[in-house]
Amino acid sequence: MTVQSKELRVRRIKNGTVIDHITAGQALTVLRILGITGQSDEVVSVVMNVSDRKKDIVKIEDRELDPEEVDTIALISPDATINIIRDYKVAEKHEVILPQHIEGVVRCMNPNCITNTDEPALAGFEISRGKGVELRCVYCGKVITDQIADFLI
Amino acid sequence: MMRHVISIKDFSRDTIDGILDRAAELESIASGGSSNILSGRILATLFYEPSTRTRLSFDSAMKRLGGNVIDFGSIEVSSIAKGENLADTISVLSGYADAIVLRHPREGAARMASEFSSVPVINAGDGAGQHPTQTLLDLYTIRKESKLNGVKIALVGDLKYGRTVHSLAHALSMYNSEMYLVSPEQLKMPDSIKDDLTKSGTKIIETTNIDDAIGVVDVLYLTRIQKERFPDPAEYQMVAGSYKVTKDTLKEVKDDLIIMHPLPRVNEIDSDVDSTRHAVYFRQSFYGVPVRMAILSMVMA
Repeated sequence: MTVQSKELRVRRIKNGTVIDHITAGQALTVLRILGITGQSDEVVSVVMNVSDRKKDIVKIEDRELDPEEVDTIALISPDATINIIRDYKVAEKHEVILPQHIEGVVRCMNPNCITNTDEPALAGFEISRGKGVELRCVYCGKVITDQIADFLI
Repeated sequence: MMRHVISIKDFSRDTIDGILDRAAELESIASGGSSNILSGRILATLFYEPSTRTRLSFDSAMKRLGGNVIDFGSIEVSSIAKGENLADTISVLSGYADAIVLRHPREGAARMASEFSSVPVINAGDGAGQHPTQTLLDLYTIRKESKLNGVKIALVGDLKYGRTVHSLAHALSMYNSEMYLVSPEQLKMPDSIKDDLTKSGTKIIETTNIDDAIGVVDVLYLTRIQKERFPDPAEYQMVAGSYKVTKDTLKEVKDDLIIMHPLPRVNEIDSDVDSTRHAVYFRQSFYGVPVRMAILSMVMA
């Protein structure tokens, strides 16, 4: 019964990427990080708060995400896994790795930071893991901790 | 070799010690001498905010070294007023000078400027961010007038917003110091900075009462408490008054206590303290010259 209802919810895809084990409730933020807005052509399935595991799943058809692009997901969902699907089979599987540095993904929360002006300074952060994920602005030094999703560009 | 001077956090203790040693060598030239160490070199000063003191002390430092200074002038009459961005201004200016001193109201401005400049950039204050030459002159003062390694220091006043004390606390954490953080409840040192200090092995003692610290420290570092931080003027009067240092408050202090202040002072230190052996704040501001000479000679060497 469980299997059947699961299949109804999330159909297997032939080719593309499945992002599994997303922290429950974060699927839409993951799509934002990947720049998937609904304006592009991909077929995307989103499953949120899957009851037994308390996780979200995102399936993107006919698009293989490259590892660097998906590592940014670790900022908000450190346990996510990426499955590259080819001809209905998992061809590659990897876990997201928290990058040490990001650029152009998150804006600085300090309104007076030089990156929040018209100057050509692209918001960049050094990333570390304290209690949670910590982003330190390379320009002004301000640290973003638990509200990362609020500052996604 | 040092290139840019953006944040004290970019410096190791060895680098800082090297700058302070160099400043000590140059101090005699700073007080009334001259040299040709940077003869033929040009320093550009670019100040988006008024700061007479810092600008003049860079000016003086460069001229004591035999170099020249060009000033971007008032921003109202320059290309900035026409809407040129900082990145472009820096690109242009780095073709005119051998180093650039920058003060800007935005945090991170100096870091960005260093990415667009073909010559060294020295940060003379970026908003509420960094002001590394102030920190270096504070360290120089402590080393010269007291002791730097293992110093017991009280940082007093606005520890929440004061960039001077944040950078100084960070730098002192490299020197086995013990810190008394003395501030009103609403202007306490941010937790993130306290965490960094504790991690570095610095002993910190937080208090709202200056009397807990004044009798035991080697250095009393006072900063302004700004009126606008308090919604209630009466509360401001009370709080500011409780941190005011007078000759009377200095009765039970160590003989060799030194009192520092980044200046300008408003009413943190009574003028009757000026004539005591503890007052070093005017010498502290003079030390800005040899320290800036050291930095200029190192980045343009």
